[in-house]
Amino acid sequence: MLKYQFDWSVVTSGKYFEWLLSGLSTTIQLSLVSVVLSFLLGLLIAVMRMSSIKPVRWFAHGYLEFFRNTPLLVQIFFWYFGSYKILPTVINDWLNRTNFEFGAAVIALTIYTSAFIAEDIRSGVRSIPKEQLEAARSSGFSYIRSMQYIILPQAVRITIPPLINQFLNLTKNSSLAMTIGVMELTYQARQVESYTFKGFEAFTAATLVYVVLSIAITIMVTYYDKIVLSPMKAR
Amino acid sequence: MITFKGVHKWFKDLHVLNDINLHVNQGEVLVVCGPSGSGKSTLIRTINKLEPINQGTLIVDGLDLSDSKADINKLRAEIGFVFQQFNLYPHLSVMRNITLAPIKIRKMSKNGAESQAMMLLERVGLIEKRDAYPTQLSGGQQQRVAIARALAMKPRIMLFDEPTSALDPEMIGEVLLVMKDLAQSGMTMIVVTHEMGFASEVSDRVVFMDEGQILEEAAPDEFFKNPKHERAQQFLKEVLSPMH
Repeated sequence: MLKYQFDWSVVTSGKYFEWLLSGLSTTIQLSLVSVVLSFLLGLLIAVMRMSSIKPVRWFAHGYLEFFRNTPLLVQIFFWYFGSYKILPTVINDWLNRTNFEFGAAVIALTIYTSAFIAEDIRSGVRSIPKEQLEAARSSGFSYIRSMQYIILPQAVRITIPPLINQFLNLTKNSSLAMTIGVMELTYQARQVESYTFKGFEAFTAATLVYVVLSIAITIMVTYYDKIVLSPMKAR
Repeated sequence: MITFKGVHKWFKDLHVLNDINLHVNQGEVLVVCGPSGSGKSTLIRTINKLEPINQGTLIVDGLDLSDSKADINKLRAEIGFVFQQFNLYPHLSVMRNITLAPIKIRKMSKNGAESQAMMLLERVGLIEKRDAYPTQLSGGQQQRVAIARALAMKPRIMLFDEPTSALDPEMIGEVLLVMKDLAQSGMTMIVVTHEMGFASEVSDRVVFMDEGQILEEAAPDEFFKNPKHERAQQFLKEVLSPMH
């Protein structure tokens, strides 16, 4: 063990460096697409969860409980292996010609994360004084439009710290996509290890990249909060 | 313009509106006063259905509010409502607070809505605050913006729910001035307030409420000089007392 020869060059240049780089690129794409989709889906589920129409509310409630309480890995396997069996042949053929692994990972990450985001947004909405809704409704806005223009913009601002957490979780959770063959960062790090037996170097590099990625996300969201949203001071 | 016929409302066991009969004409300025808990805020909030009524008939601008098919959003666009706590949208600038509803509901162009907003801001004396955010304004300024926001929809009726009660004394005057100006322009107004100076100077009629009932309804001169009901006398003594 002490005779282990460190060789950082395998991860800093050449073919293996390029593998890691392409893994990083896939991780970023996977995370970015899933962040945007899970945020939009989370908003929708949050609004449905607060709807005055009972079936809509119950559906959203069931959705939240179901997807928050099952392991993400199982959900990834479900969309990858399970959904295959119930989809029509035409769609399956099309999926096989495109990148089905990536698609299944996006669906699983999006749905799983949206359940957590919806709950964060809902608690944000509940912290907005009810008079804001009254003011909007008094102007003639419908419930949905009041949400869209007045309540949700304020709620999302309040929700930014928990949202950062969800985005970080999503980025880290995207590593599970390797289990269905998405060639993202963790997958590539393991490939490098398989070819070179330089596991320490490969996974150290992957770890550092995840840390940098997470810090970058935190800085971007915080910047957006401070610079773009700052005019609304704390009430 | 507004007609209450035998209107009742309960909050659980509490009878907050008890057999309200009232008619408000177009262009009339009505002041509603009474001790806290008398139901006057609830009364004004039924007019744009922020509070639904339980019994009786309420017709506003030709629309029967108990009709479930009535388009309440359309009616609300015609009624300006000014709240005690202003309720400006804190995430939007003064300009956006005023132009949001005209653009989204009245489908006005952005330019048209903004030039109208500038005229309204001039009218309430806050033209220099167009780009400020609500939290950067004093209470009196916020309330004047709230009035401008309501007027931007060109409402046929303006409702004021204790518009000066949350203000520091030195800011009450500036808001009342805007309201007086509005009353003189012929706007139909219902004002819930303790400002008896405003009531006597500007209003056409004063309604006194207690325990969910209208106890007295009179021209301001008559109401202040010669209140008939014992509780109205008591109330006037309290609000007009300099110690209060």
